[in-house]
Amino acid sequence: MESVTTPTTNSDATAERSSELRKTSLNALHRKLGARMVNFGGWDMPVEYPATGGLIAEHKAVRNSVGVFDVSHMGDIRIRTGKTPGGALAAVQHLSMNDASKLAVGQAQYSALLYPAGTFVDDVIVHRLGEDDFLFVINAGTREKDISWVRENTKGFDCLVEDLSDAYTQLAIQGPRAVDVLRKLTDANLDAIKNYWFTHGTVCGLPERLIARTGYTGEDGFEIYMPSDVVTSEKVWNLVMDAGKEFQIAPCGLGARNTLRLEAKMALYGHEISEKINVWEAGLERYCKMEKRDFIGRAALAKAAAARTERTLVGLEMLERGIARDEYKVFDAAGEEVGVVTSGSPSPTLGKNIALAYVPPALAALNTVLFVEVRTQRVKAQVVATPFYKRAKKSAPQAAGSN
Amino acid sequence: MAYPTNYRYTKEHEWVDAKDGMAKIGITDYAQSELGDVVFVELPAAGKKLETGKSFGTVESVKAVSEIYAPASGEVLEANGELQNKPETINSDPHGAAWLVKIKLANPAELDKLMDSAAYEAYIAAKGKEASA
Repeated sequence: MESVTTPTTNSDATAERSSELRKTSLNALHRKLGARMVNFGGWDMPVEYPATGGLIAEHKAVRNSVGVFDVSHMGDIRIRTGKTPGGALAAVQHLSMNDASKLAVGQAQYSALLYPAGTFVDDVIVHRLGEDDFLFVINAGTREKDISWVRENTKGFDCLVEDLSDAYTQLAIQGPRAVDVLRKLTDANLDAIKNYWFTHGTVCGLPERLIARTGYTGEDGFEIYMPSDVVTSEKVWNLVMDAGKEFQIAPCGLGARNTLRLEAKMALYGHEISEKINVWEAGLERYCKMEKRDFIGRAALAKAAAARTERTLVGLEMLERGIARDEYKVFDAAGEEVGVVTSGSPSPTLGKNIALAYVPPALAALNTVLFVEVRTQRVKAQVVATPFYKRAKKSAPQAAGSN
Repeated sequence: MAYPTNYRYTKEHEWVDAKDGMAKIGITDYAQSELGDVVFVELPAAGKKLETGKSFGTVESVKAVSEIYAPASGEVLEANGELQNKPETINSDPHGAAWLVKIKLANPAELDKLMDSAAYEAYIAAKGKEASA
């Protein structure tokens, strides 16, 4: 048996031996829990916890109840104003494609840093901490690149750029019962936090912690930002696990994180978005505000909007036996190679094999039959509506307007 | 999980249970634990000729695709059809109910080159050390 694990990130900076990999403050705890560890973009991270059920059980825990993820490998960049009021906002507007001026203090939005070509440096969550104070949460594998990109492109602005990536242990508590778990650990009024908003409050006895109603699972949930020393990090993790016991909380790894985000059609850097794919192709126009006068990538996107798009991102469902995997080729009914799978996996929620793929717009209509090359066979698939999974709207507060 | 002492094992984590010129082939408990939840199995039809060291099928978990290599040459007599509907049997009973194929061995003496259970257990113990180093 020879295993080929589906790549989950672009692997610039991949060290070979685990001793050279970067570790979060919870690394020893993950190993104690018996997690299967993998190299994720240079980080030694848990992919699943077999002792407590493994990937599928973790995925279902998040969909049906609650799970907790260590996402401390994510990076954090704070951009504050220097002396000129509005300096940080101007810098953020120049750097990112969404409109940060629309954010209230305490609100966050999905956005991206673009190259002048309108392709992706990275996708980011922009949090407005204060009138002129922003926090970008960025991907682990692109940390160094992002930070130098931000520093380089804010030189003409009166703002301070701080790399806070190592300052936080970030936990994502996700699932319909996440609110019930966190409620036991904080004095903050969680019901007042709408989707993609945040607050500061005492969590696990630690004052002034950032609590954001964000996540990467397509489910309700929170991300909390705690001090990153090992003692505090382990204490917080254990308190979350204790608080979640009555809801059968599951520790969750990157495996479930990937299947959850794929079902919700959330982009993963190096897969659906990259330095070679532009905003229109990725279908992220909702988060790209061309009405802003200027931001990096805008000119090229204006030009690309007028030209014909060559490829577009579609959802596929396999109709025959076979699992589409990242980078498998896509063919049309006539046998022509027409595209490529960016992410493919069994969907634990749907019990089907699903994928995201880039294909020409002419083949993007719903129910179009396509074929994915799985080893030596071309397996029938069809274009389906996305997201593959959407959580039922309940009394839980939903995003008002854009996120 | 115990590794049956009458089986032979490969470095690629397949097992062989041979008797009277026939053999059952499967993947080891170590292999299934490395893979995680198995969700898909692709096996050859009866009559297919296997060649030592060559891939003859795949086992997939949610995250990973694994090729299965023939531990010995021979002709497939039967593939385990139960696994198509219940691939998770590979996780629950890898050394028993989750055999993959039965073959007629072309040359039973080939099996002498494979590891016995003690050697295989030492082999995976060393791998475990390497991984946590």
